Amino acid sequence: MLGYAGRILHVDLTSGKIWTEPLKEELARKYIGGIGLGMRLYLDYSKPGVDPFSPENPLIVATGPLSGSMVPTGGNGHAFVSRSPQTFGVGEAKAHGHWGTELKRAGYDAIIFYGKAEKPVYLWVDDDSVQLMDAKYLWGKSPQETEDAIKKELKDFYIRVASIGVAGEKLVRIACVINEKSRACGRTGLGAVMGSKNLKAIAVRGSKDITVANKERLLELVKIQHERMKGPAARKYRTLGTPENVLVLNALGAMPTNNFTSAVFPGADKISGEYLNERFVAKIIGCSSCAMRCEHIAVVPEGPYKGTTTRIEYEPLWAMGPNCGVGNLDAILKGMDLSNYYGVDAISIGLVVSFAMDLFKNGIVNKETAGMELNFGNHEAMLEMIKRVSTREGFGDVLAEGVKLAADKIGGGSDKYAVHIKGVEMTGYDIRGLKTAALGYAVSFRGADHNRHGAYGPDVAGKVNRFKAEKGRGKLVRETEDLYAIIDSIIVCKFSRGTYVKGYEDLAALYNAVTGIDMKPEELQKAGERINNLGRLINIREGLTRKDDTLPWKVMHVPIPDEGPSKGSFVSQQDLDLLLDDYYEVRGWNKEGIPTLEKLNELDIQDLAYIVKDRPETHKK
Amino acid sequence: MAAVPKAEAARWKLVSCDPDKCTGCAVCEYICSLEKENVFSAQKSRIRTMRLHPMINISIACRLCSPAPCVTACPRDALKQSEPTGVIMIDDEKCDGCSWCIEACDYGAITLHPEKKIVRICDTCEGDPECVKWCPEEALDFVTRDIIAQKARLAVSKKLFKEAMEAQGIKP
Repeated sequence: MLGYAGRILHVDLTSGKIWTEPLKEELARKYIGGIGLGMRLYLDYSKPGVDPFSPENPLIVATGPLSGSMVPTGGNGHAFVSRSPQTFGVGEAKAHGHWGTELKRAGYDAIIFYGKAEKPVYLWVDDDSVQLMDAKYLWGKSPQETEDAIKKELKDFYIRVASIGVAGEKLVRIACVINEKSRACGRTGLGAVMGSKNLKAIAVRGSKDITVANKERLLELVKIQHERMKGPAARKYRTLGTPENVLVLNALGAMPTNNFTSAVFPGADKISGEYLNERFVAKIIGCSSCAMRCEHIAVVPEGPYKGTTTRIEYEPLWAMGPNCGVGNLDAILKGMDLSNYYGVDAISIGLVVSFAMDLFKNGIVNKETAGMELNFGNHEAMLEMIKRVSTREGFGDVLAEGVKLAADKIGGGSDKYAVHIKGVEMTGYDIRGLKTAALGYAVSFRGADHNRHGAYGPDVAGKVNRFKAEKGRGKLVRETEDLYAIIDSIIVCKFSRGTYVKGYEDLAALYNAVTGIDMKPEELQKAGERINNLGRLINIREGLTRKDDTLPWKVMHVPIPDEGPSKGSFVSQQDLDLLLDDYYEVRGWNKEGIPTLEKLNELDIQDLAYIVKDRPETHKK
Repeated sequence: MAAVPKAEAARWKLVSCDPDKCTGCAVCEYICSLEKENVFSAQKSRIRTMRLHPMINISIACRLCSPAPCVTACPRDALKQSEPTGVIMIDDEKCDGCSWCIEACDYGAITLHPEKKIVRICDTCEGDPECVKWCPEEALDFVTRDIIAQKARLAVSKKLFKEAMEAQGIKP
């Protein structure tokens, strides 16, 4: 079982006790690594129904079997898993960079944190020496400052650090964990879980060898991957980057604008990938082992935010741009920089601000309550609100709960403007006119997300009638979900997905060359299905049901108003029910979205039958 | 130590990194440790990647200095510089890991093998460096100093002429 370190690190923050246990081969084979392994460990080491911020809620971080190897993009990923303070179901988020590589080199497949430290601490993993260090002097610092301070304290530049910012410390529910200053495990609020444990950072130095089973075969495969990554499959990421989406989605009428009020942004030309790359992008860098390199570093050349240097991707650009009515790239880049500085998810923060703007526009919140004139397009107000949410100042304290819980507090019909699924804020696709994607979003186990399924693919590419809800979409969603679960468990980068031209066959070949395990492509595919069922089972254990597989109020009630191809489109309850029924059927789940016992047997997870057995919904036909 | 004739040194080729192209991906580290030690290990790589800032990335291997301060610094005569290639050759029997050479190297291009406790320096893979072959960005090159200078002249000329033409309103 090469590739795997074969050890799981357990850290009890309450008692300070630290120990390791071996990783069983059966667990590795069935759940692969990353989110699969992380979610199984979560299920095994947690009790149902604990508050996400309670010491009883474990926080897990897992690497993949390819971490530390030369597999392009596979060498560097890691995934956090816990109960999400946003969905109250399973939360998971991944990041790349160099941190995952280092954890594997230190000799661990995963770390499980229990309890809560009495005072702020950080974990210092130096190969076999693992200790909790005083983090009082780091409290209040940004992830970037924290990383520099830890490297200085430990006197090693190559130490890799993952840490939370002020937002995580203050239990802002959209807080993230940031490694190497600009890479974020962004979604589902796991930075706040880390903060609830008084855990400021995890610093890692690893010097162990990573040995692979079949060196010659691996190099052969890596060579092929390098060539593919230099070719058309990764062209987008190597050239304009994800901001290429701006003009594509805008032309389709699928660019959510002003908090999903409309789906076309009039100022798109001035925030497009083309505009951005010509004027702002100064350098493109790569993660450890990557042969694509996608990380576009933008620098604001002039004006009040001159010198702001930040990584840029489509999603945060959209969230703080069109979604807030902001067409000023300088301010959008400043917003991304602030998100990283405070340690909040750069997607969710945009939605939280746009939600407040929508309430302001509709008279639910006035200037006194908001503390400012919070009009769509007011980028100065947006930046100020990012700060207030991240530090829980004034009205920002309410918004720091995320749009769903904030709407519960604010009342007055504000929930109609809270654009989220399962409590997690939406991402930048107007799914009113992308109905395969709408299904993918509705059933995603971690809430609103394009990265659990990629089901916008067939819609945007015109492979299906994107305005129509019909049978067959369930199969499309299921197929990409299973593949994406493997991508996030073996942990290769989603941006590399197009380079696995033979799908599971390519991924299994890489896995086998590294680990020496003989994994058939079908077995890997089955693991993908198992992992999706696992996510579902955790959610069921935590009380989520079919009614949670739903879409934002606006998506279901307000047709796209803009002239153009998407005009009039929305997802009705009838559409959604049809799509869900179809999906549950192809998943082998009952009408309530509960996996059947036959399905659990088929996936060799009979041991989890206890989760579904005693539920009334299980026995409905 | 014996001085190397200047004509020889001019022919030496070294692994040179163009920081404008380097993305900090560390593929060079991976392939180097695999080639030399059969494992993936940054510490066992003869070339190391440095990211000071997202904008500043570079990989560094032996610069083939002449005269080589590492050779001078070694109290045990464990290091010798090859006349035909400039590569620093290590006598594993004589090296005891004292690391004076590491202190003498201005480039941090010498590392101590974590288990064997002897030093390791880029040997250019016998004149065919793997890191250069595998670098996905072609940021690494195996060249003489003269070619390094020539590349810089080419780049600066292109830049100057582009600016001059743009100033005249001519689109190249």
